[in-house]
Amino acid sequence: MGEQGVAVRASVSSESQLTEQETDELVKEFEAALDQNLSEAVAAIQTLLKFIKTCKVGTISGLRAELKVATETLIKARTSTVSVSSGCELFLRFITMTSLEGQNDFEDLRRKLIKRGDMYLQKVADSRQKIAHIANPFIRDGTTILTHSRSRVVYCLLKEAMSSGKRIKVFVTASTIDNSGEEMHQLLQDAKVPSKVILDSAVGFIMEEVDLVIVGAEGVAESGGIINKIGTYQMAVMAKALNKPFYVVAESFKFVRMYPLNQGDLPNDEKYTSVNSSEDSHPYIDYSPPQYITLLFSDIGVLTPSAVSDELIKLYL
Amino acid sequence: MSSPSPKKQDKEEQKQKAVKAGEGKKGQGKEDGGSGGGGEHGAAVKKPTTKAERRALQEAQRKAKEERLAAQGKGTAKQTTSTSGGGAKRSQASKGGEGGAKLEGKPLEVPRPTRQRNSSSSTSVTTDDHRPNKSSKSSKKATEQQVETGRRVKQLQLFSHLQQYSKAPSSPTLPWHSVSTYTSIHPAIIKLGLHYSHGVICGSNSRCVAMLAAFKKVINDYTTPVQKELRRDLDAHIRPFINFLTHCRPLSVSMGNAIKYLKREISKIGPDQSESEAKRLLCATIDEYLELYIVKAGTEISKLCQNIIKDNDVILVYAFSSVVQRVLLDAHCSGRQFRVIVVDSRPKMEGRHMLRTLVQKGVKCSYVLINAVSYIMKEVSKVIVGAHSLLANGYVMSRIGTSQVALVARSFNVPVLVCCETYKFSDRVQTDSIVNNELGDPNDLVQINRRQGNFLTGWKDIPCLGLLNLVYDVTSPDLVSMVITELGVIPCTSVPVVLRISRDETAAV
Repeated sequence: MGEQGVAVRASVSSESQLTEQETDELVKEFEAALDQNLSEAVAAIQTLLKFIKTCKVGTISGLRAELKVATETLIKARTSTVSVSSGCELFLRFITMTSLEGQNDFEDLRRKLIKRGDMYLQKVADSRQKIAHIANPFIRDGTTILTHSRSRVVYCLLKEAMSSGKRIKVFVTASTIDNSGEEMHQLLQDAKVPSKVILDSAVGFIMEEVDLVIVGAEGVAESGGIINKIGTYQMAVMAKALNKPFYVVAESFKFVRMYPLNQGDLPNDEKYTSVNSSEDSHPYIDYSPPQYITLLFSDIGVLTPSAVSDELIKLYL
Repeated sequence: MSSPSPKKQDKEEQKQKAVKAGEGKKGQGKEDGGSGGGGEHGAAVKKPTTKAERRALQEAQRKAKEERLAAQGKGTAKQTTSTSGGGAKRSQASKGGEGGAKLEGKPLEVPRPTRQRNSSSSTSVTTDDHRPNKSSKSSKKATEQQVETGRRVKQLQLFSHLQQYSKAPSSPTLPWHSVSTYTSIHPAIIKLGLHYSHGVICGSNSRCVAMLAAFKKVINDYTTPVQKELRRDLDAHIRPFINFLTHCRPLSVSMGNAIKYLKREISKIGPDQSESEAKRLLCATIDEYLELYIVKAGTEISKLCQNIIKDNDVILVYAFSSVVQRVLLDAHCSGRQFRVIVVDSRPKMEGRHMLRTLVQKGVKCSYVLINAVSYIMKEVSKVIVGAHSLLANGYVMSRIGTSQVALVARSFNVPVLVCCETYKFSDRVQTDSIVNNELGDPNDLVQINRRQGNFLTGWKDIPCLGLLNLVYDVTSPDLVSMVITELGVIPCTSVPVVLRISRDETAAV
């Protein structure tokens, strides 16, 4: 399995660069998909699927090489790349799991890949709803929840809890680097969920009043730890110190083959945003180690952090 | 000879044993099967004694036996202390010869020891109520070793369930006093066994590789007896060799897994294959196993570690591990700038070997003993250690001292990386270092090379003093940050997943 990956990478480096036009089309397609309020990985997968449909190659290895280059282009296009890279890799693995031997007709094969791709897209499209359904029983009536910044999965979960008749109260951190906490607050207000914005520095202050902490994730590492918006790590440590359960909600395509040992191990290009060039010394993401996480809710079920590696092995092998 | 009196003593012991039959002493029951029935009958006739009375009686008998043993043992003890003093040297040929000659000269010892064996083991069995079979067998082995070599190795109560250390190989099944038994064992295996027991070959990987090389020789020299099939007989043929090796030094997990693999391969040989073809096939599979699970695995682990070792890292390593050495040398050759701190400990001082090889290649090294590890840990950015085996509950079994280093590393927030090939993974589960371990030579602890001399030289004569030389310890998974295997980087808790995968693979094949 490892050697296969190496061989593909080698072939990519020697050939196939997309033309300028193709690159632009790809990026435009991607940003259009993002506007549909899909998560970044799903948008990337959709774009890749369209790319396969319109790609002008004649061989399997050629297609693979093109896809690799396309993935890299997508990763460079957007700042939060952890979920995009993991989603794309899993998508590729999923569709190429079809038996490719004895397929002389490339077009037939392409159609097969597209069908599998649509199937995968369908599966991940309702993963958010699935997670909300799985995690709902863990939120009891009358709980106070603390969440961090803006996460579509957490929003979906809170909406579901609200609509199943539970009374909940939500605190959201402002996440002042891009004020996405305010956006989350707005969304929650629109959904009639009672919520309040707090300062990032007030997490320690508020922790004794909350019953549990729920955050989303940009990537779930092999160790079981999560990579998320900056500020998640300190929230996790505070929760552990005050014995509050710390739950993470993440779709299965966010499981990535990374194993950071500490904050310094996070890849630099994902840490710092290219957008805020004046403030580019501030990191954008951080890593929360698995010992602070109580449970992970994903569409493959409820997992403990040590089970993440198990699932990753199943997904990737 | 003196059969009537020992027989009478036997009967008494049988009574006690029969009375305590409920505690499951199947071991003794088997070998003294004849008199067992008589003993029971005798017990039924006698009036039932209370437990305290029985115990008091046993204690008195045990004391009497010990006195007799001491009187006999002191005579031979003087002879053996001189040989044990020079025992630390590596002259295995002379050792083997000495051992053989010494044992050869005492053929008359055998009938006596078998009688005493029963009594001492029956007393030690009563103190260990919870582990009937295993403890009786191994404590039998233990006292056997005591008596046969004529040396009084002091046993520690807490570790009496483990195989006690003895320099010369000994076994309850093979009578070592006759030279003829040496001839039934293949010379390559004898050489290997003596290498193990004298510490010439040390380290999980080297022991496994040497063992497989020796087994290749054995297979090549093997001829199927008439009327027998190779695939059934070869297994029985190598069993006494494995027993011999175990008695020289307990098998490592790597060796155990390799033997399991070999036995599986032997059973897979078709009935219609010619002997030379089968032998060639077996040797080829052994080579393949070595190549795949040891050599290539090492290469893969080293490759994975290249991305983990960063420039300006300070890496701490403990004692010696062939995998860790490989990782560091490869990283150095690829141009990474890092420095290494080698932590070492008595009595084996394996860290010196690691230090030597690293310095020869130009790696910047420091060297400390383990008592300074908390002083040096604040400078360290990563700890990389090897492992003897990884247990199914995620615990890491490694050279003694590793868990200490991991604990200090955790308190300084330094990540601990364990490099371990998958063939060393074991199905066993243990949470402490006492239930399963290896006991080394306690005399190794006596040498301290100080001007004032070795204070512990007379430790055997001091009744309240015992020396303990443990070889392995277990590190809990919450102290380990990641495990690097050839399948990839996994957290410590994912060992059962790997075991499951490899079991599925072998089942599929």
